Amino acid sequence: MTAVEVPPRVVGTRLRRREDPALLTGEARFVADLTVPGTLHAAIVRSPVAHARIRSVDLAPALALPGVVAAYTGEDLQGDWAATLPCAWPVTADMKSPAHRPLAVGTVNYVGDAVAVVLAESEYAAHDAAEAVVVDYDPLAAVLDLEDAASDRVLVHEDLGTNVSYTWELSPDPDAVERAFAEAAHTVSGRYVQQRLLPSAMEPRGVLVVPHPFGGDFTVYSATQIPHILRVMLAVTVGVPETSLRVVAPSVGGGFGSKLNVYAEEALALALARKTRKPVRWIEERSEQAVSTIHGRGQIQHIDLAADAGGRITAVRVRLLADMGAYLQLVTPGVPLLGAFLYTGVYDVGAYSFSCTSVFTTKTPTDAYRGAGRPEATYAIERAIDALAREMDLDPAEIRRRNFIPADRFPYDSVAGLVFDSGNYVAALDRCLEIAGYEELRADQARRREEGDPRQIGLGLSSYVEMCGLAPSRVLASLNYSAGGWEAATVRVLPTGKVQVVTGTSPHGQGHETSWSMIAADRLGISPGDVEVLHSDTAVAPYGMDTYGSRSLAVGGTAVYLATERVIDKARRIAAHQLEAAEEDVRLVAGQFQVQGSPDRAMPLAAVAFEAFTAHNLPEGMEPNLEASSHFDPPNFTFPFGTHLAVVEVDTETGAARLLRYVAVDDCGNQINPLIVEGQVHGGIVQGAAQALWEEASYDDDGNLVSTTLADYLVPSAAEVPTFETDSTVTPSPTNPMGVKGVGEAGTIAAAPAVMNAIVDALSTHGVSDIDMPASPQRICRAIQEVRP
Amino acid sequence: MIPAAFDYQRASTLDEAVGLLSANGEDAKLLAGGHSLLPLMRLRLATPALLIDIGRIRELSYVRDEGDRVAIGALTRHRDLEISEALRAHVPILAHVAAQVGDPQVRHRGTIGGSISHGDPASDLPAACLALGATFRAVGPKGERTIAAGDFFRGFLETALAADEVLTEISVPKMDGAGWSFQKFNRRAQDWAIVGVAAVTGANPGVALVNMGMTPLRATAVEEALASGASGAEAASHAADGLDPPSDLNASADYRRHLARVLVRRALEEAAA
Amino acid sequence: MKVSVRVNGVGHEHEVEPRTLLVHYLRDVVGLTGTNIGCDTSSCGACTVLIGGESVKSCTVLAVQADGADITTIEGLADGDRLHPVQEAFREHHALQCGYCTPGMVMAAVSLLAENPDPTEAEVREGLEGNLCRCTGYHNIVKAILAAARVPAESAAS
Repeated sequence: MTAVEVPPRVVGTRLRRREDPALLTGEARFVADLTVPGTLHAAIVRSPVAHARIRSVDLAPALALPGVVAAYTGEDLQGDWAATLPCAWPVTADMKSPAHRPLAVGTVNYVGDAVAVVLAESEYAAHDAAEAVVVDYDPLAAVLDLEDAASDRVLVHEDLGTNVSYTWELSPDPDAVERAFAEAAHTVSGRYVQQRLLPSAMEPRGVLVVPHPFGGDFTVYSATQIPHILRVMLAVTVGVPETSLRVVAPSVGGGFGSKLNVYAEEALALALARKTRKPVRWIEERSEQAVSTIHGRGQIQHIDLAADAGGRITAVRVRLLADMGAYLQLVTPGVPLLGAFLYTGVYDVGAYSFSCTSVFTTKTPTDAYRGAGRPEATYAIERAIDALAREMDLDPAEIRRRNFIPADRFPYDSVAGLVFDSGNYVAALDRCLEIAGYEELRADQARRREEGDPRQIGLGLSSYVEMCGLAPSRVLASLNYSAGGWEAATVRVLPTGKVQVVTGTSPHGQGHETSWSMIAADRLGISPGDVEVLHSDTAVAPYGMDTYGSRSLAVGGTAVYLATERVIDKARRIAAHQLEAAEEDVRLVAGQFQVQGSPDRAMPLAAVAFEAFTAHNLPEGMEPNLEASSHFDPPNFTFPFGTHLAVVEVDTETGAARLLRYVAVDDCGNQINPLIVEGQVHGGIVQGAAQALWEEASYDDDGNLVSTTLADYLVPSAAEVPTFETDSTVTPSPTNPMGVKGVGEAGTIAAAPAVMNAIVDALSTHGVSDIDMPASPQRICRAIQEVRP
Repeated sequence: MIPAAFDYQRASTLDEAVGLLSANGEDAKLLAGGHSLLPLMRLRLATPALLIDIGRIRELSYVRDEGDRVAIGALTRHRDLEISEALRAHVPILAHVAAQVGDPQVRHRGTIGGSISHGDPASDLPAACLALGATFRAVGPKGERTIAAGDFFRGFLETALAADEVLTEISVPKMDGAGWSFQKFNRRAQDWAIVGVAAVTGANPGVALVNMGMTPLRATAVEEALASGASGAEAASHAADGLDPPSDLNASADYRRHLARVLVRRALEEAAA
Repeated sequence: MKVSVRVNGVGHEHEVEPRTLLVHYLRDVVGLTGTNIGCDTSSCGACTVLIGGESVKSCTVLAVQADGADITTIEGLADGDRLHPVQEAFREHHALQCGYCTPGMVMAAVSLLAENPDPTEAEVREGLEGNLCRCTGYHNIVKAILAAARVPAESAAS
């Protein structure tokens, strides 16, 4: 046998995604595509008022309609719950958390709060019936403004006695902060409002619960990011043994955190399937989603910077007021904490204090939305450092350079208590400025200013670091999170040499099937096409912590890597035994186990797998089959970083801001598939830019959400954004063997401050120093007019 | 959402449509492309008892050169206006404005007659018709009549059409090379205009505004200033005179007034260029 | 009310309620679930199909309005296992992530290229104004459509 040619490594290549053909041809099945004969369709009656006592609910008009099978109020289902809906993150021991039932009992606490449910034989009949239910409300005052909520003037939940859920502080050395501010040559302060956002995954939520006629088992098909967590939580909430629940996330059309939850409708569908012994299906409508799916952001941020005469930041002080909404959903209270460690950004800062007060309002609950805490933190520090640059008349690039954590200081102990794994911040900035042609852009800006052009341009930088790869379980424990942060993988080589990877991550657009197959194939020296990836079904992949927080690759991908290594170790022992060689002399080269020095003594992986399968001739004491698992719990977070630059043209007459160019240089460590990495960055940029320019979940004075449709909630289209200029630097993470970091949230974290810094930069000669997001034409126009003498 | 239940009748001729309308009165609504009506019905903001589908009356879909005017059948789709050679040559503003309505999918279904008779102040085509001095032909049980665009829009989503009348034709004068401009200001391309301006110069000048009141309307103060010899910039400063524009999520009334002044000035500059 | 249509070249005839939206008819009655529903205000374009070769939002057309129409859905685009050039370009350029907007986006692109076979980047962007995607930032979608436009006509025939 001659030596085989070594195939090129597949990791690092732009392999086209294996997920695509099914999605491109309509073969992929989302929850709404699944049909089971005899299914009952659920529609929810929702509160049209922000805060009220429920006087009465009259289901009779709904029950009288054709095709209607049943209808229930919250009172009717009181006995169907084993527990209230879960919040898994009690951030403090004395955190206040109201009882959250799948259907409201007694009072409603936000517009959209579920009041009753109807079941009908068709979707149309269910909707007609929901319209026919008559609810009599006794209105209470709405609680909308965060500062007003904190004052406890009107209580959202009377039984809690306060609207403050918790106050959480991180202040390692308060005296040092005091001292730094007392001695500062420059200080700047900002009050930034993180408006509420609707995550707006293109696929609305949906759930189908199919009861099995014998044994009391249920299969739950849900548009969820977290089938594993959902299974545990539904078992606890609805009182069904975990062993009787199978949760499947079929094709899921995006999540961005909004499907990282345990929702009332999921619990309802399960309880009603149990009650009626029929399949129950609920599909969310877009205008319903605006109130029934969690919102993102919703914070008021106060940030103060102290700096020395050279513009070096000596202290950062942050106070947050965070909007929980009416209830605590799965990780609602933890979101501000995910940002708490990053308000010093990419800068070498010696003193830091942070406090967060989180309050209830009569609005839809907030929870993790793409970035969850980290975009907010990055926004505050990046806006504030630009303010410091203006105060000192320094270029924003220059002030960043003066403050970056130097590349030779990694691993870096941050003042907030983290260890940043690796980084080279100045390299990303330099590359970004080079691609952009920063000096020419500044010259264009100067020319337009000189000419008094009504169309001014602004340059906005944003240098960020994020913590991803959630996460070391011990660190999560120290933050009172109720679960771990490990991830599971199993790798099996089947008798024919094909490989199965079972992962506990649950993709919904990220391309895990492609990337995980690349990781396994790369180690095994086979084609990724010979690797199948099984996921998102608790019957197939029983262990997992699912997909959120840019954790999947750094934690789940690493588990795949480690399981593959274990499989290779076992295969090597089998091959050595078969080839009658010493184990340490056998190497895996291009899918063949070869005896070092005699390449004609070799066994392909498939042959080893077949030996493992037949178990006719295995080393003494070895178990049959070629399979191994890994449960990887990372020793640290990973810390991706980068610098983005937005070039925005502002029409100073109309207030219109247009994104002219956008340059992004990101460093997510080693890349498995650059095609997928770039895609994540592109999409993230638009979501971040959308917060800056278009999107806002607006409430009126009565607590009605006004932007309930995609006609009012302005998710941008292709016509509103430019083609992006992206590049990357590569600083591997020492935290995991592949040196990967994660990239799912980078664009979103960086983009909002870049765009807002650009707008403020464009208008700085007009005297404008701050504009709230979204920077709508009206807001920009007003800002210009307000400072005009 | 799903529309509330309704009855459906298909009219294959104009007479049939008028007959069905007369027989069913206020409970009936005409359905052409459906792109104004169906969105309202899906949110159950409109719940007509009967829809009369006139979408198949082929004889109402045309663009005809009629000497010094161009006549457009009410069921002509936006897309057909956009690519009409007659309009591009003789009434370019209308072809251009049609291409700004909604998005391509909307333009493949929506009709000029539907857009005009819906009378939405936020629509683009009514403003273009006002600026052009269009006339509308309506047919009812008592026969047909012609209504000037300026007399057509009466109140919020309310027009001069009687409940039993069908809008059949839009007639616009040829522009004979006159200058024109359409300024549509919105936050996303697919959205309604926050404010829009249609301006035509030349022998039959006209300036009309989108979303500056309860109806599509003419900027009469601007037109009068121009007629009395004011400069474009001077005339534009009167763009919001006497107007009471709506306030909504995107724009307060004051901001709309400001936008109207800026956009009318730009429109007049572009039309003159 | 009787509806008779051709969908992807196959005739279908059914009784439907007049209020049945075309998208529900295609998904629930004809059984073609590739066309997705993303909103209720004709905003997102996920439900885009072709009627007579032109893109329409099937959530804003009644099934009865489509009576007699020739409809193409995402399922009708590929020729057996051979993807349509627009589908192929989407795959090549990673123009989809979660894939939920994709059927509508592809149908909008097919219609766009039929009307304008050699569009500029700006024309592609404007032509997609009625289709929302939350994953891709549109960068690769635009790239894919421009690439598909460069595919020679003979290989694009389907």
